[in-house]
Amino acid sequence: MEPVKPKISVEYANNAAIATFIDEKILEEKDVQTLQTAIMPVVESLSAGTILVLDFRNVRFLSSAVLGLLIKLSKKVYEQDGKLGLCNINPKIYEIFKITRLTKIFDIYQDIESAVESLSKPD
Amino acid sequence: MTSKASINRKIVVESVPSAVEGVFERILAELKANNFSEDDIFAVHLAVEEAFLNAVKHGSKMDPNKEITIHYSIGADEVEISMTDQGNGFDPNIVPDPRCGENLYKTDGRGLFLMRSYMDRVEYNKRGNRVRMVKYKNKKLK
Repeated sequence: MEPVKPKISVEYANNAAIATFIDEKILEEKDVQTLQTAIMPVVESLSAGTILVLDFRNVRFLSSAVLGLLIKLSKKVYEQDGKLGLCNINPKIYEIFKITRLTKIFDIYQDIESAVESLSKPD
Repeated sequence: MTSKASINRKIVVESVPSAVEGVFERILAELKANNFSEDDIFAVHLAVEEAFLNAVKHGSKMDPNKEITIHYSIGADEVEISMTDQGNGFDPNIVPDPRCGENLYKTDGRGLFLMRSYMDRVEYNKRGNRVRMVKYKNKKLK
């Protein structure tokens, strides 16, 4: 049986879950589906008020299907009264968010610490 | 004045996303060898991946028995890539702007927009099953 390569690694600290994408390139529908299967249980297991930070440090390339998954995730997080932040996005990937105006709906931070600090502040 | 293309190729692949991995790697390597910038290479890479995924999903309806034909030519100052699927085609003019209103919150519909944003020319044939994309060297993003 072919070993399954993990799509994300997850760490928990206080009231935050940090999910780091493993793959450099996230392109095909099948990869996005696999990623969704990996990350949705993490989102669903978060208690109310938890922060989810998605770490893009390894991501060098992604397709528009990934943007769709992020929107799906954000809806799920907010349904559970959580907060979502994205961080460590390289300039070329950030440009994709900017061009598609997704910078208006996602909170994007320089790094994990900034994300957790900002999202921990009461509204 | 258009430069004479130094590379001109035609490849036919099955409608499976993994079918083009080697093809696109070769195109990007040839762009690098022809002194296209990293920004241009990224732009072309993004556009061709989106175009191919659209061809597989919407053109071939995920049928691996359907073929997609890729033509590309690389000149000193430009790269042109065409993709033709065996589907019925579509009208690209009715695809909504994914940045507007409720579309911003939709989970799909950004592929064509990204192709148009990152390439300098994106044109479809009348039927809508063939897209021609051109990137001029070192032209800034829209």
